[in-house]
Formats: sequence, structure tokens, C-alpha cells
Amino acid sequence: MSKRLITVVLTLAVLAGALGSLPTPATAQDDCDFADSIYIGVIAPLTGDIPKVGQSTVEAAEMAVDEINADCGLEIDGDNYKVEIIVEDNESKAESSVAVATRLIVEEDVLAIIGPQSSKQAVPTGQVANDRETPMISPWSTNPNTTLDRPWVFRVAFLDPFQGPVMANFVKAEFDAKTAAVLYDVASDYPKGLAENFRDAAEEAGIEIVAFESFTTGDTDFSSQLTNIIDANPDVLFTPQYYNEVPLIVQQARELGFENPIVGSDSWGTPDLLDLCGDACNGLFFSTHYAPDIATEVGQRFIQAYEERYGAKPDDVAALTYDAFQLLFTAIENAQSLDKADVRDALASIELFEGVTGIMSFDEQGDPIKCAVIIQIKDGKFTYYDSACPAGFPPEDMGG
Amino acid sequence: MEFFVQQFLNGLQLGSLYALIALGYTMVYGVLLLINFAHGDIFMVGAFLGVFGSMVLGLPFVPTLILSMVLTGLLGVGIERVAYKPLRHASRLSAVITALGVGLLLENGMLALTGADPRSYPADFIQTKVYNLGGVSISNVKIIIIVLAFALFMGLYTIVQRTKWGMAMRAISYDKFAVPLMGVSQDQIISLTFLLGTGLAAAGGILWGVAFPVLNPYMGLRVGWKAFIAAVVGGIGDIRGAAAGGLLLGFIEIFVPAYGKSIGISSTWRDPIAFGLLLIILVVRPTGLFGVARRQKV
Repeated sequence: MSKRLITVVLTLAVLAGALGSLPTPATAQDDCDFADSIYIGVIAPLTGDIPKVGQSTVEAAEMAVDEINADCGLEIDGDNYKVEIIVEDNESKAESSVAVATRLIVEEDVLAIIGPQSSKQAVPTGQVANDRETPMISPWSTNPNTTLDRPWVFRVAFLDPFQGPVMANFVKAEFDAKTAAVLYDVASDYPKGLAENFRDAAEEAGIEIVAFESFTTGDTDFSSQLTNIIDANPDVLFTPQYYNEVPLIVQQARELGFENPIVGSDSWGTPDLLDLCGDACNGLFFSTHYAPDIATEVGQRFIQAYEERYGAKPDDVAALTYDAFQLLFTAIENAQSLDKADVRDALASIELFEGVTGIMSFDEQGDPIKCAVIIQIKDGKFTYYDSACPAGFPPEDMGG
Repeated sequence: MEFFVQQFLNGLQLGSLYALIALGYTMVYGVLLLINFAHGDIFMVGAFLGVFGSMVLGLPFVPTLILSMVLTGLLGVGIERVAYKPLRHASRLSAVITALGVGLLLENGMLALTGADPRSYPADFIQTKVYNLGGVSISNVKIIIIVLAFALFMGLYTIVQRTKWGMAMRAISYDKFAVPLMGVSQDQIISLTFLLGTGLAAAGGILWGVAFPVLNPYMGLRVGWKAFIAAVVGGIGDIRGAAAGGLLLGFIEIFVPAYGKSIGISSTWRDPIAFGLLLIILVVRPTGLFGVARRQKV
């Protein structure tokens, strides 16, 4: 009996060993002489509420890494290093995200972490990365707290205190809005922060907030809050929610007789929104990081390569994740070192980096200074409508 | 006034959906004294079978509803045979834990089968039409949900109160040792209970999916918990109680955000107030609204 048990255990061990040592497919270039590997952790919501975001993250990450390895990896002091990613699923939960970040840093000893995407996970995970002095770049998180007073944490997305005013100014200019309502998830960092930023910016722009209604994550029935909002009769409704909630909010608002514009934020920009929402979302506007139809040369190259590889247009998550990898690669090569502190310093000093999502520099908090675009949903597609940049950015001679 | 009527209709829709799901909990508990924690996930399977019927087979609404109710009903009977029947004489704790396990199996099985991307029904499944009656907006979806839920409840109530099968069900609930002695097959009645209870959950799932068209494998968790609470508040074991509990929960969830604001309570307080009120009801009437105390036979 015990002999059989040992056989089984041994067989499993051998199997596991064999599987573990399988060469990673496709990427390794025969004519490159790699001195060693650099490990980068990727934290993505592969399951949970927003799996599409996770999928885009991994696709962009694999593409960025395959490209750099095909180019013989990163060169540091004359040696070539192969880049390898370790992907962890955070199930779209804050606690899982903290756990996998700790594991990546302590057990896998990664040089840096790309992710997590949503602020709900990025805010607490940033604390872990900062405490353990590991550079972290969140591609998609827009809540200020992700990077605030955390020298080790960076991001690629613009901030909600920037995005809020962009939308407030937009609804004033576009719809001549005098009153507005907000519906947001009070239990999630991103919508809550952005809702407050929008409220403050709108009031500053002379728009009266007539209803400020909330719900909690996982709710599907918004009829009570929407009836309150309709009762207050706002010119426009702002709802900074994710692509799995926006269709419900828009459809229920229309069913309850709300006919004014509904606008949103970058969390709308996942193509699944178009399928789930159908005609109800046609004509609506939201602000986001990039629009494929006005991409620069760098952007076009990325979009083309991504479409060839995955057969679909990259969404904003993919574009930002790809940019995060390029920023990290640039920093490592600038630092000429595999020391985490050197990489951090190199990241902080990157200036006017030209990425897929535009030109950006980091400020002292590790936040990028960059432009936002306004997208309109038109005939079942995300279509570029307008741009909004911080004052005096980018500098004239960049021509961007 | 329009505001009140509008919110009342909102509450009626949400409450009807909770009630449909709560019925399944209460029926199984009534007959087996088992809290079927897999019920929320069975509800999810019902909703997904609706996606299968409408998207893959291209069926319209009514055939999809019937197909999903029948298949989910059979799934419920199957689950009872495989997972609960062998444990009928084991401790009740074992059966409850098994139910939790079945729920996890359904959830993760569906996740593995269909992936994590949210689903919805095709646009022409039910073409939404909105009617405006004196300032109150009502959609055809709301009418269908409320009417269908009421009809299904009345159908179930008739079966339980007026037919021999229903009488046998009530009899087993009353005394499960004496009934088999009268020549009534306990197994058949239990199967029938599961068939009806899970069939209603499937109907609830499809109507839920029509009202809230973003379906994912975890959708049954929260809804299941809420429906269970509704069943307990109504008096678990009594189907009128499940209906009343479901409607009550629906109305509270709608009316707290609707009127809380005017007395300075934000919509964030909805759940604490809703479940606080339900707790008070249970403190005052521990057996729920319609429940009667069972005397433990020794």
C-alpha cells in the first residue's frame, strides 16, 4: 500500500517537473545568447466581474514581451537578458490582489509588477509594492490613492481629478448642461473617487448637481436610484461604472423614461459594452485614454501588430498595458541595472515618453501628465470625438 | 404620487423575482427540512439555459422559458437523487454542506463551460417597449415579469392546495414517517418538489436575465442569499410566506433609497436598513410572517 503511494507521489513529482521545465513556446530566439532572465509579475482580473480586462492585459503583456525577446531581450552591461512574465489572477478582488502581489515579490522575486488594473485592487496592492520596495506600474488605475505618497508605484493612465473636469467641461460645452446627476458604486474606489471629482468640477463649472445617488458592487437593480434621478430632472447623467454595469444602468434609465444624455468614463471602453448594451448605448459619450482611429505612428504599429496576432482591435486596457511594459523596458535599459531601486529611479526620470496612448511624463507622484480623448458610441463602434489636454501639454515642439 | 407609483412598480418587479426564487427554498425546506444552498446556483443555470435556448437554438421567449424550466427542473431532480438522497438519514449538517458543494460545482462548472464573459439575451428576445401613463413609465418587461411571477405563484399554490400531489407534499412536510405507511411514495413526492422548486428558479433566472441582462456564473450567489432570507422572513416552509417575504424584501430595497434621502439617509444605507428591518421582524416573530412553530417530536 505505502509502496504504491510512493510510486504515485514519485510519478506526480516527475510529471510536475517535466511540465515545469517545458520550454516556453515561440518566444526564445535561437540566435540570442541570453545571460539570464528578468522576471516581471503581471496581476490581472482573469476571472470575476471584468474578465475582458484581464484578457486584454495578458494579451498585451505577452505581445510586449515576445517583441522584446525577439529583439534579444534587454541589454544590460553588454549582456542580454530574456524577459519573462508571471501572470497571476486577482479574481477582481482586492484581497486576492494583495495576496498574489506578496507572493510575486517574496516567492518569485520579480523585478517589477505590471498591474493591477482596477483602482479597487491597485490602491491596496500599491501599498504592498511600496512597502516591499518593488516598482509597480498600474496601467489602468485612475484613482489618485494608487500612487499617492508611494515612490515605488507608477501608473500609465491619467488621474480622476483630471478626468472628472474633462467630462464636466464636456457636458457643459456639448449639451449646455445646467444640471447633472451622478450614479456610482460607493463600494469601489474608482467610481467613488471619479464621481466626487466630477461633482466638484461640475459645481465649479456652474452645473448644479441635482442628484448624487449610489449603489454597491454587485447590484443589478438601479430602478430606485434612477427614479430618484429622473424625479430631479437633470440635463445629463454621469455614471463612471464598468462595462458590466453600464448596460444595466442605461437600459433601466431608458425604461424608466429618462431621455437626456448619459455620459461616462474610461471604464466604459471595453468592446464587450457594445454587445451587452446594444442600441441603448448608441450616441453616448465617455472619456478615455486613447482612440484607435487617431493613433500616432507608434499607435498604428501597435494596433496593426495586435490585430494580426489576436484578430481584434486592442482596447484601452491593452494599449495602456503595452505602454506600461515599454516604460518599464525603457527604465531598465536606462538604469543599466537589475537593482529595484535603480529601476525605480529610472522610471521616475522618464520624460516625454511616446507611447501608444500618447506622450507622457511622470510627475513627482509617479502619475503621467497626458491628454484624454472623448469617444462617442456610434453605430456599434467607439469613435473619436474630441481631445482634452492639461494646460500647456504636450509642449509645442512635440507636435502631438 | 407618480413618484410613489413608479417606485411601487420597481419594488413589485424586484420583489416578484425574489419571490419566485424564494419559493424553491421554502418548498425543499418544507418537505426535507434541508436548506438547499445550491438553489441560487440552480437559478443561475436556469438563466444560462435561457441563453442556450435563445442564442444557440434561436428560440423565442416562451419556448425558451419552458425549455429552461423543464431542463432545470430535471437537473434539480438529478441533484436530489445523486447528492441529497444518499444523505437523507445522515445528519442535517452533512446535507447542508453537500448543498454548498453542489452550488460551487454548478458555479465553477458553468465558469469552465462558458467562460467568465458576461452574457445577455438577444435583442429581439423581448423587444422593450416603454409606455408612459400619466408620468409613470412602465415597460412591457416589467408587466411580463410581474404578471408571469404572479401566475406561476398561483399555479404552484393551486398544485399544493388543490391536488393529491400537493396534499401528499403537505403531508410529508407534516409527518414524513407516517406518510409512506399510507402508501405514498416519499421519493416521488420529493422529486416532484425539486422539479417544481427548481423549475420556478429557472423561470426566475430567465426573467431576471430579461430585467438585468448581464449574466455571469456568480450571479446566483447574492440573489440566492437574498431569496433565502426572504424565505426565512416569510416563514420557511410556507409558500405564501416565501411570496410575501420576497415582495417585502423587494419593496424595502426600493423604498429605502427612494424615501431615505428626504430624511437624510443616503442610498448607501439600503442594505443595513433592509436587513435590519428583516432582523426586527424575526425577533418579533421568530418563525417568520407565515410560519408556525414546529413542535419537536422526541
